[in-house]
Amino acid sequence: MGHGPAVKLGKDEASGYKTKLGVKMFVVYTLVYGAFVLLNAMNPKVMEASIFGQTAAVIWGFGLIILALIMALVYNRLCTKAEQQLNS
Amino acid sequence: MIYTQSPLAIGLFIFFVLFVLGLSFYLSRRASSAEGYYAAGGNIHWATNGIAFAGDYLSAASFLGICGMIATAGYDGWMYSIGYLAGWIVALFLVAEPMKRLGKYTFTDALDSKFNSKSIQLMAAISTLLVSVFYLIPQMVGAGVLVQPLLGLPHWVGVCIVGVVVTLIVATAGMASTTYVQFFKGGMLLIMSTVLVGLVLFRGLSTTPADNNGTSYHDFKILHADSSMVIKEAGYSVIAGTNSEFGKQGFVKLTKDGLESIWKIAESGTGYTLEETLFVTKMADGTKLFNGATAEEGKFFPIGHIKELQINGEEVAATGAVGPLAFLSAIKDSTIVLWGKKYIKVGDETTTVYYQKPTPGARILRPGLKFKVDNATGVQRFNFISLMLALFCGTAALPHILIRYYTVPSQAAARKSTIVAIAAIGFFYVLTLFMGMGAMTSGVINITDNNMSAPLLALSFGFVMFSVISSLAFATVLGTVSGLIVAASGAIAHDLMDNFLGMKMSDHGKVRAGKISAVIIGCIAIYLGIVFEGMNVSFLVGWAFAVAASANLPAILMLLFWKRTTAKGIAASIFIGLTSSLGLILVSPDMWVRYGNLPSEAPVQFNSPALISIPLSFLALVIVSMMTQKDVIIGHGTEVA
Repeated sequence: MGHGPAVKLGKDEASGYKTKLGVKMFVVYTLVYGAFVLLNAMNPKVMEASIFGQTAAVIWGFGLIILALIMALVYNRLCTKAEQQLNS
Repeated sequence: MIYTQSPLAIGLFIFFVLFVLGLSFYLSRRASSAEGYYAAGGNIHWATNGIAFAGDYLSAASFLGICGMIATAGYDGWMYSIGYLAGWIVALFLVAEPMKRLGKYTFTDALDSKFNSKSIQLMAAISTLLVSVFYLIPQMVGAGVLVQPLLGLPHWVGVCIVGVVVTLIVATAGMASTTYVQFFKGGMLLIMSTVLVGLVLFRGLSTTPADNNGTSYHDFKILHADSSMVIKEAGYSVIAGTNSEFGKQGFVKLTKDGLESIWKIAESGTGYTLEETLFVTKMADGTKLFNGATAEEGKFFPIGHIKELQINGEEVAATGAVGPLAFLSAIKDSTIVLWGKKYIKVGDETTTVYYQKPTPGARILRPGLKFKVDNATGVQRFNFISLMLALFCGTAALPHILIRYYTVPSQAAARKSTIVAIAAIGFFYVLTLFMGMGAMTSGVINITDNNMSAPLLALSFGFVMFSVISSLAFATVLGTVSGLIVAASGAIAHDLMDNFLGMKMSDHGKVRAGKISAVIIGCIAIYLGIVFEGMNVSFLVGWAFAVAASANLPAILMLLFWKRTTAKGIAASIFIGLTSSLGLILVSPDMWVRYGNLPSEAPVQFNSPALISIPLSFLALVIVSMMTQKDVIIGHGTEVA
């Protein structure tokens, strides 16, 4: 059967750690995203409130985009560290 | 509305086409093996792959559709940006590395990695083909739509140009050329969108939109009438008053110098105030008049202006150059004129009237203008939450995105390229807010087709920007379509012919099968792009997301995180996700209107099925897997033996 990676991959001892970390970080982001969606669905007027000169909706939107990037960088940092420690 | 054809746009497009074709032929030697053709040899650098992800993902729907939606519906359009980006978190944290570890050329490989199951190979290939075709049709129709106003060529020519070029790109060097086309397109999209937003901020906001291509913004008039509807301004006479069909909807029809016009009426003191509207009349023979004249006569005006501009509590006429936060802050505190729409049928003629709706900026910069969330019913809230769920879950299940994980050399590279994609796509989605709001306030929107808002915003800065952004829109189509054709040809040649049907092929034969499949898919794409001309098929992108989220994601996640998952469970999950999402879409209010019925008569009252079809797909997998645990032991034994 034609499965398996196209290139040879070395054994990754950090795989288990990375999976658990990924699930935890996914849950955190999903909770924030879920709160954003529910707030918009249930009480959209709250999103019109002014915070730092912007609407709460704009702050939430930028916040979700920036949070995604920050969490991605943190995840990569921790994964790289684990790979260096466990695969060396 | 009539657009001006730009030789520079044509020149830039031809240059880009020649460049990518030259690149494809140059890279063709890399595609002589199956690894080279389907996975670009698995040695693309993660940074290149990350930008190629952006080039693959940011389709015409993102570039043109979201900007247009923000330009006419404000924050609700940006909700798509937020949802699409959030989907990349699912891809990074849950899918990226396992996809790389388990798969070879297609996402079916990853799903089937533990089982070698014919049912998985068949169902996953069908799902890949359906999702890819749903995605492909709007891109091809979009190519034809773009080519008509911008290059002055017929719809079918645009579709054929894109179809032939993309087929050549894919058939010559497969994933290698596709990767670099997407890389260049993604990079250019980010750079030019940044330049466009920079120009918007440098110009700032004004209550009088700047001249657009040498034409000043139309001054929408206000007339006054007494209680008998006698117009005080000279030259106007009423031809359809308050007792007419127009009057019942809050409008009157006037004539002046032989030209008809429609005005929105409001009682004021002892008389009426009449506000100028825009209107499109569809005649009995199918011809359309724009503000009572043909499109060529140019009586239909672009719209988008600020009624009251406030900065720090003071009303001003213009802001001058502003920073990004000050730009949004000024919009929040100001009043923007948005446009409502009403249909009026008189005899065989249907008139669509667009009327002014001054709206506080704070209301525009929060959800609710497009999505019904204010004082919403339970079903309306369900629909909104379901859509946001589909956007969140769809990205990590799109086959043409997932195959990009096979082009990098390692799991770490797969992870890093996803992070580059998040940074690039996130940055672009921030830019969409400024491009959309810029179009909303710059007097450039064609209210009959808001998809053109970004190119028309560019036109307000001159022909060079317009030409660059227009040719970029074509490049956007090229990049996304090439990814879709690679994914679809992989589903046919690798999943169906090689794995499912067990056709014995040499490595060279696999490449040839892939190339022939790409040509066939390319021809089908051209055919579909031509036959769907004139239809608004942007909803098919929504179908692709809903189907991918429902059919593919539960199977991927359960395979990774539930050890008792069986092959039959995965096949059942894909089947149930596919049929339930498609079935619910076909009986939704949006589709009911397309069948010529009233939306209220639709069997279900929501348009987005994800909140039902995703749990159903999970449930099917769990139930069938529990029922077929015996197969796991047999399968395991066979594999060990």
